[in-house]
Amino acid sequence: MSEEFTSRLWRYDGTPGELIPLLQSAQDHFGYIPRRAISYISTVTGIAESEIYGVITFYNQFRLKPIGKFIIRVCNGTACHVSGANMLKETIQDELGIEENETTDDGLFTLNTVACLGCCSLAPVVMIGEETYGKQTPASIRKILREYRRREEKGSKKKSLR
Amino acid sequence: MKKAIVGMGTCGLSAGAQGTYDKLEEILSNNENSFELSITGCIGMCYMEPLVEVREGEDRVIYGKVTPSIAEKIFSEHILNGRILEENVVCRIDGNGEVTGPEADFLNLQSRIVLRNCGVINPEIIEEYEARGGYKGLRKALFEMKPDEIIEEVKNSGLRGRGGAGFPTGLKWSFAAKSNSEIKYVVCNADEGDPGAFMDRSVLEGDPHSVLEGMIICARAIGASHGYIYCRAEYPLAIKRLNISIEAAREKGYLGENILNSGFDFDISIKQGAGAFVCGEETALFASIEGRRGMPHIRPPFPAEKGLWQKPTNNNNVETYANIPWIISNGAEEYARYGTEKSRGTKVFSLAGKVKRSGLAEVEMGTTIRDLVFKIGGGIKGGREFKAVQMGGPSGGTIPSEISDTMVDFESIPATGAIMGSGGVIVLDDTSCMVEMARFFLEFTQKESCGKCTFCRIGTLRMLETLTRITKGEGEEGDLEKLELWGKRIKETSLCGLGQTAPNPVLTTLRYYRDEYEAHIKEKRCPAHSCIALVDFHIDPEKCTGCSICAKNCPVNAISGEPKKPYTIDNSVCVRCGKCITSCRFGAIYKV
Repeated sequence: MSEEFTSRLWRYDGTPGELIPLLQSAQDHFGYIPRRAISYISTVTGIAESEIYGVITFYNQFRLKPIGKFIIRVCNGTACHVSGANMLKETIQDELGIEENETTDDGLFTLNTVACLGCCSLAPVVMIGEETYGKQTPASIRKILREYRRREEKGSKKKSLR
Repeated sequence: MKKAIVGMGTCGLSAGAQGTYDKLEEILSNNENSFELSITGCIGMCYMEPLVEVREGEDRVIYGKVTPSIAEKIFSEHILNGRILEENVVCRIDGNGEVTGPEADFLNLQSRIVLRNCGVINPEIIEEYEARGGYKGLRKALFEMKPDEIIEEVKNSGLRGRGGAGFPTGLKWSFAAKSNSEIKYVVCNADEGDPGAFMDRSVLEGDPHSVLEGMIICARAIGASHGYIYCRAEYPLAIKRLNISIEAAREKGYLGENILNSGFDFDISIKQGAGAFVCGEETALFASIEGRRGMPHIRPPFPAEKGLWQKPTNNNNVETYANIPWIISNGAEEYARYGTEKSRGTKVFSLAGKVKRSGLAEVEMGTTIRDLVFKIGGGIKGGREFKAVQMGGPSGGTIPSEISDTMVDFESIPATGAIMGSGGVIVLDDTSCMVEMARFFLEFTQKESCGKCTFCRIGTLRMLETLTRITKGEGEEGDLEKLELWGKRIKETSLCGLGQTAPNPVLTTLRYYRDEYEAHIKEKRCPAHSCIALVDFHIDPEKCTGCSICAKNCPVNAISGEPKKPYTIDNSVCVRCGKCITSCRFGAIYKV
């Protein structure tokens, strides 16, 4: 188990309101919240596992399944929506053969939509990993995804395609 | 020495500001002491990002769309030789604050109180905030005013909550001040969840100290000892800059024990939200800080009596707090000079959608929507027709262009059926379908409904199903009446702001665009040519290369043609799935 997550657990002194930060640090280190992390948190804090599960499923941020190497986040804010975000999402689904919130079999991509990335002037926007791609079209996003695949197959370390 | 300042807000960074900054840093390391390099937050011109300012004394030249290669030119021409690159200049600001240049209108029509430092100072350096009068308001509040005088001053300014509801801020503070308790809290709602709204993020990224100072003054006024900023986890840069600022404020003695030797103790911690729109509702926000599911509860008791951890709590949003230091330093009278009789001061709007200049604009209350869209926003993109603005996001409504002379204030906007909201303004043109807009927002609130109140949980789902049917051309006689009835019921029976406002986008579009709904239902036609199921698909022979991908992807073989020649679509066979549009690599397929 990762050090920061465990040290946060050890430092837990019964301060109320620590559950969400604990879950956030667990997710930071595992990429998702594994079953055993829920058990650990429950043992240390005395909060029932069922209650922890209730908190996890309430918030959009938390995931109970592992994710791919690159998270694709299609912005579905209002500005992106009126500029064709849905078409982009369908293109990505078609290109990768996955639905929303699913991960490709090779573990490379996970597809999510987000409410707003806040760069409305670049609409429609897609984020892949930490990179933001603005003013996308179905054709351009397809090209970018293929480029990611190609680089991954070649083992290139360069992430950005800008 | 000249100073180059790169706009490094989230919008700048997503447009490539990091690359521009790195380039300038590299140039600087090769040419030591040739200029100073700094960063700033969002100046508001998101449509021109990345922005680089060259400042010499009081003279400021702002360049737009600065790629690394333009940055090199700025260095060799402007910084070294004093030759301004006129073709890349967005605007120039001289020592008297006069703005000239091609984009000057964008800034000239604004009145900047909340955004007074955004795009001007380096938000990570507390001294730059102090140099522009920062923490003067706090000193005044601590040493020249009694707590009830602070509250009186805020009351007199006429400031109303900028989070959406517009409750008078001074009055709110007086409730919390009256509550008798050893422990009280100050909470800042920075859980900006509306899609299309980014005002609060820009303030937190561009001028975090103004929010901290506002909170400290509030704490002094109501007698609180601890504060929380509840910030979206999706705003990592805002959280980073808040942390830097809190640390710097502690070192300077503005936060912590015995602030500036006044004997007053107050500290602030940051709580990261975990992504739930309903947490914008204060009682749900408190539940979330306490580590529970963010579900609202019945009021009373009001937060001023029993809020966070059951203690008296004052909760305002980011923009409200950012106004406070200005009001205390400059006086209530000065503030009340801005705005209208009942809505004093300014409001920050995030302008986006089909508008030429999208970005952040702070205008005096009472400015008309038309001026916001045309004078500041520069009109509609691509020369299309202005149809409407959507204000207040999923809780708000649509205001058609015919009544765009409506003023933005807390009386006029609600009269149209929309709400002021937190300040997201999305401009719509004639290609935007109003039924689809309403469906889009309802889909959002439906997903975000916490499920506590039956009408909000199930009613919004029934409304969403009905709207989805209508956009697919499966609407029926009587649907509109049902939508209106359900909308009314949801508003009446929901506990919190989410449910009470969720039907607004539907009810306002029904009010102004009933004919569009009827065209979908009766004629199975989408007047804006937007709803995929109700339009015809065509292939532009100029763009089509005859690659045949669309034909291969078509599930019903509606597309035919010979390789390397333009293909055609048989609309009598087509099932309007849209697969051809998403598969075409040349953008050759369009809807009519």
